[in-house]
Amino acid sequence: MAQQKQVETTGLLGWVDQRFPLTATWKAHLSEYYAPKNFNFWYFFGSLAMLVLVIQIVTGIFLVMHYKPDASLNDAGVPVAFASVEYIMRDVPWGWLVRYLHSTGASAFFVVVYMHMFRGLIYGSYRKPRELVWIFGCLIFLCLMAEAFFGYLLPWGQMSYWGAQVIVNLFAAIPFIGPELSIWIRGDYVVGDATLNRFFAFHVIAIPLVLLGLVAAHIVALHEVGSNNPDGVDIKAKKDANGVPLDGIPFHPYYTVHDILGVSVFLIAFSAIVFFAPEAGGYFLEYNNFIPADPLKTPPHIAPVWYFTPYYSVLRAVTDDFLMYWMTPFLVLYALLAVGTARQASVKVITLAAVVALIAGFFLVEAKFWGVVAMGAAVLILFTMPWIDHSPVRSIRYRPGWHKWVYGVFVVVFLVLGYLGVQPPEELRNLVAKIGTRLYFAFFMLMPWWSAMGEFKSAPDRVTFAAH
Amino acid sequence: MKKLFAQLAALLASAVIAGTAAASGGSSYPLDRFPVEKLTDQAALQNGAKLFVNYCLNCHGASAMRYNRLRDIGLTEDQIKRHLMFSAEKVGEPMKVAIRAADAKEWFGALPPDLSVIARARASHDGTGSDWLYTYLRAYYRDGTRSTGWNNALFENVGMPHVLWPMQGARGATIEDVRESRDAKTGKSEGFVRTTISFDAQGHRTEATDKVTGGHPHAGKTIRLGKPEGGGVSSAEYDSQVADLVAFITYLSDPTAGTRVRLGVWVLMFLALFTVFAWNLNRIYWKDVK
Repeated sequence: MAQQKQVETTGLLGWVDQRFPLTATWKAHLSEYYAPKNFNFWYFFGSLAMLVLVIQIVTGIFLVMHYKPDASLNDAGVPVAFASVEYIMRDVPWGWLVRYLHSTGASAFFVVVYMHMFRGLIYGSYRKPRELVWIFGCLIFLCLMAEAFFGYLLPWGQMSYWGAQVIVNLFAAIPFIGPELSIWIRGDYVVGDATLNRFFAFHVIAIPLVLLGLVAAHIVALHEVGSNNPDGVDIKAKKDANGVPLDGIPFHPYYTVHDILGVSVFLIAFSAIVFFAPEAGGYFLEYNNFIPADPLKTPPHIAPVWYFTPYYSVLRAVTDDFLMYWMTPFLVLYALLAVGTARQASVKVITLAAVVALIAGFFLVEAKFWGVVAMGAAVLILFTMPWIDHSPVRSIRYRPGWHKWVYGVFVVVFLVLGYLGVQPPEELRNLVAKIGTRLYFAFFMLMPWWSAMGEFKSAPDRVTFAAH
Repeated sequence: MKKLFAQLAALLASAVIAGTAAASGGSSYPLDRFPVEKLTDQAALQNGAKLFVNYCLNCHGASAMRYNRLRDIGLTEDQIKRHLMFSAEKVGEPMKVAIRAADAKEWFGALPPDLSVIARARASHDGTGSDWLYTYLRAYYRDGTRSTGWNNALFENVGMPHVLWPMQGARGATIEDVRESRDAKTGKSEGFVRTTISFDAQGHRTEATDKVTGGHPHAGKTIRLGKPEGGGVSSAEYDSQVADLVAFITYLSDPTAGTRVRLGVWVLMFLALFTVFAWNLNRIYWKDVK
């Protein structure tokens, strides 16, 4: 007989532990995972994102039982997909609740994820050794955007339809392969039944699988290196005789009870929307989306749902004159700055080559394509955070006072771009969107310089914490 | 940096102002406010249901709504069968339309939309869908140039004729369109010109153009509706009947809304209580953390 694994537990748990690392996993990730004791308000949003993920999966399973991804018209002249959503709302017991939980959950997901990302940004949670935690997080954000985009087509209303049409058409702007690519994505010359069915497949199977895998990787990577904290102090540097960080407390029970409180307060806000304002004034469920999709009637004003609007503004801001008068001079100065100050020759060469290629591209390819590039870059630039932040401290608490203003302006810019994204274009708004887009990219592109400038306070040895 | 922040804030403010200015200038016919108390008035909802099946359900379906759901508004299945079901056999059937799609397309130029969720679709940042419907059904006027003989102040060149005219009667309208006239070559302003189109209660059209003199003219279109003539009920009674109908259509668009709000109160009370316990649990555990 093979050697039995030695375990401390007995009985049924002992039997399991000899065959599966149940107690070991529980300890490693909960009861003996030491988290800094000085977490504040901003640290609720990770667990809340997990909660919303579970809400979306559970409600999603029940919606799939009754939803029909079918663009054909029923005998009353209503698309089957659209009618099946109303069937869920009226004839499926508690269907209305499940559907509103799912539709509100989509927006709630972005609220908590934006808060979670902002936390990472201000406390330097992406800095070494947490680069992979951050990268997995950025990938989760990308997946979430894809998941939301695919899911939004499914109710098959006017906004679903035309929103998808606009976004898929963006791919047509790619030189040479664009038009063929957009047909390949849609599976048809216009958004149609083929598109609806493949988006359904992506929404319920492909993206959720990737999303769950990434969430697991995000947490495993986090627990490998340990959580950051509002002071940006490394708690593993000071340990007691048993090897437990002096400023660490076991995640369970301290942060489990803490997060239960967070969940409870979050659910109050969430339920208030679900039960009293599920449309959230036309921002969570757009009014136009109660009109069935009609390929022959283009709505006068197509706006994406609120969580995409900052990026939509970036897309719209990129025009020929933006590239000529706003981007090109900036890039030239940027190249000079990089060549003049960068320490490694490779950085100089790469920056210079990229700038030359971009400016040449501005002349060769239409602005619409660069709008798509800018929109993508606005998201992808987040991946570079661990390497572009050169400040000697992690947390904003010990950075120069004016850094807080830089972050403040960045947040205002993001909100303004979001506001402009839901508004129809107009001269003054377009100008503001261009300024916003310019500042959004300047924040990241100039970070290697400004993040190291100014008088830094020295971070303390131990975290700052006042007992409750 | 502070200066930059202030400039950004100023830009944000001006963008918001520009946005609201554009929104208020969008619609030329203002929305009236639907009397929301009708939504909880069962007699009004029942009367609305009667009007709906008599006047709307001939051309418009409400295919997501089943007849027997009307028990929600205090009707018995027997009452539903006897008074409301003209085009269905069984009480569990959806409220489908009797008109054939091909006929509708020929007669009105378009398929009359299904009204299941119309009150939600017509909502906008200007008002609720109920406000829109309440205004729309009271904004018809005679227009002899239209194939149906009717036009609508809120929904210009609408395909639907004024189905409720036996109640409201017919009326004319005066449409004033003020535009700035410009010299074709130089583009210089030559003052404002007003085009006045009038329809009498029979729909006869007359048009007059004059120059606007004095005051501070603005370009824009305004519609004034005439006094209805020959209606079966008074103007106030007509408004009340339309409000009943709109109350029913609003209920129809979201029949679980009442249950949802009532349940929501209990859910929030439970969560408030739960938060008290969660707060205390957290407090007791965290006493240990020094």
